[in-house]
Amino acid sequence: MLKIDNLHATAGEKEILKGISLTVNAGEVHAIMGPNGSGKSTLAQVIAGHPGFEVTGGSITYAGQDLLDLAPEERAQQGVFLAFQYPVEIPGVTNAYFLRSAYNEVRKARGEEEIDPMEFLDLMEKKLKVVDMDPAMLHRSVNTGFSGGEKKRNEILQMAVLEPRLAILDETDSGLDIDALRVVAGGVNALRRPDNATIVVTHYQRLLNYIVPDHVHVLAGGRIVKSGGKELALELEARGYDWVLEAA
Amino acid sequence: MTGTTKYAEAFAALEGAGSAPSWLADLRKAAHAEFSAIGFPTTRNEDWHFTSVTPIAERTFRLPKAPAAAPADLLADAVGDASWPRAVFVNGRFEPSLSSLAGSGDARVMTLAAALKDAPDVLSAHLGRLAAWNAQAFTALNTAFAQDGIVVHVPRGAKVAAPLHIVHAVDAQAAGAMLTPRLLVIVEPLAEFAIVENYLSQKGIEYFTNAVGEAVVGTGGRFHHYKVQRESREAFHVGTMQVTQGRDSLFHSFSYASGAALSRTNIYTKLAGDGAEVRLNGLYLVDGSQHADHQTFVEHIAPGCASRELYKGILDGDAHGVFNGKVFVDPQAQKTDGKQTNHALLLSPAARVDTKPQLEIFADDVKCTHGATVGRLDELALFYLKSRGVGAENARALLTYAFAAEVLETVELDALRDGLERIAFERFTHTEQR
Repeated sequence: MLKIDNLHATAGEKEILKGISLTVNAGEVHAIMGPNGSGKSTLAQVIAGHPGFEVTGGSITYAGQDLLDLAPEERAQQGVFLAFQYPVEIPGVTNAYFLRSAYNEVRKARGEEEIDPMEFLDLMEKKLKVVDMDPAMLHRSVNTGFSGGEKKRNEILQMAVLEPRLAILDETDSGLDIDALRVVAGGVNALRRPDNATIVVTHYQRLLNYIVPDHVHVLAGGRIVKSGGKELALELEARGYDWVLEAA
Repeated sequence: MTGTTKYAEAFAALEGAGSAPSWLADLRKAAHAEFSAIGFPTTRNEDWHFTSVTPIAERTFRLPKAPAAAPADLLADAVGDASWPRAVFVNGRFEPSLSSLAGSGDARVMTLAAALKDAPDVLSAHLGRLAAWNAQAFTALNTAFAQDGIVVHVPRGAKVAAPLHIVHAVDAQAAGAMLTPRLLVIVEPLAEFAIVENYLSQKGIEYFTNAVGEAVVGTGGRFHHYKVQRESREAFHVGTMQVTQGRDSLFHSFSYASGAALSRTNIYTKLAGDGAEVRLNGLYLVDGSQHADHQTFVEHIAPGCASRELYKGILDGDAHGVFNGKVFVDPQAQKTDGKQTNHALLLSPAARVDTKPQLEIFADDVKCTHGATVGRLDELALFYLKSRGVGAENARALLTYAFAAEVLETVELDALRDGLERIAFERFTHTEQR
């Protein structure tokens, strides 16, 4: 589904990704771990098309096409979803309107009819249950005045509505207490299907108790320095990152 | 400054026809003399540095004629709630058949003419006492010519739930006219009152609104003044609100300006009693060659008073926005807490904004801050919307609206806030938010 080959990316003058190669197949969950500043979030944002980074080398192929050729909104319409580490507040635009706009854009891209507001509310009723969210949140402005936990739930709600083929969770666990973490992870698991894939970017192993990865990669200095199965995450939790970095 | 005899003939005619009591005739005469002496301000005047009123000064506006019919479609466009008590002015004249002044509880709501008969003492004690007709040309001109307006007297302790809706509607019959609406509000101690003023006109009409309001807010009183200015894009608008506040009082002002070729909104308040609070908020949306100017002046005279200001502007085309926020802190006004914020969003390379905070602080134990930004849409927020599949154009529209919505949220009247949000949303997204 996703094939990243020798990807290099810079922010301004600084090279952050220095040759990343990674293949993600349908049905898989990949965890990207690593110390602060290793480039984990940059990788997530480059896949989604963040304008602050420039790809200077390598390629990303997604569902058989050159992902780097697509604008961020086109990537989203084709099924790429990034759950932000710091979701943006949009005062005055209700969650309901925002979700329906996004949903309709994705439907249009698939050649489907736009959904009407009443039908959409029915759909939302189901989706809200996935993340155990109060329907009143639909009528509040997007992320405005939300707590950290509410913002992260809202990200997963958007994911539930858009049903991406490739979901990337960027530090979705940061700032969550254990109950919120369970809800968020439960939501992600409920959305897993054999034909979609998930990339979990995280500093800590904690989230991976709930979203169990098939593959774990350690990113350091802009490169993947070690890959393994889910047991690698446990080893990192027990021993820290230093031994991997030294071995690399 | 140059003197002008431009309106002398019109004033003489009005004076000859009038039957005003002598104090009012004298006030008008003095105001006219003042205007004739000082003339319209030029950009050499510090208060008008960024706004040239030459287009107003070089025209000679006539006085309005009585309207033949009322523009019903315009009234439907006034943002507010149909159940509010309503005073409708058509082409500057009070229109009883469209108005319904009942419903303001214990507050007395009168036209200027009725107040001259029924409440001459209130009028003579307050009219022209706050508004600086002896220093400001536009205020002098209004004072000389104002024939109609609204007077509100809110007795001690009366808390009036429904706002008074004042609609200033203009149609083609007012082309070339100068309208001089006048407002006087006396909020006695512990009383509360709100006014919503809607300025509307049919498209394509060139005229000049020169409005003046005065308000006295007594000890513990609260006064909310909302002004929505959506006049024709050929119109000129100068509106001044002058307030004085007693101890522990609140004055809350909101200004929405999207109309007129040239508009200037002045909001001046004097915090004369300890612990008084003022909140001044505003939003202007301009494009094409429109010019929108807001000037605020908060005089902290008494100690322990708080002032909060948030103004936002969204500018497209060649539009020009101006914000001048003056704050004066008297040596007596210790523990003053002042905060002024001004943000402008530029949607085109040719749009521009001049922002001038002006703080004069003569007390030492005060907290006064000001912040201003002029910018474009946040790239990260745009990316957030795009990453959800929202196209670039729609993403820009939603964020532009969101920029406006933050200040619209300060409108405490649901019907007004919802109405303004709807107008702003449709303006930027060309669709409805359901």
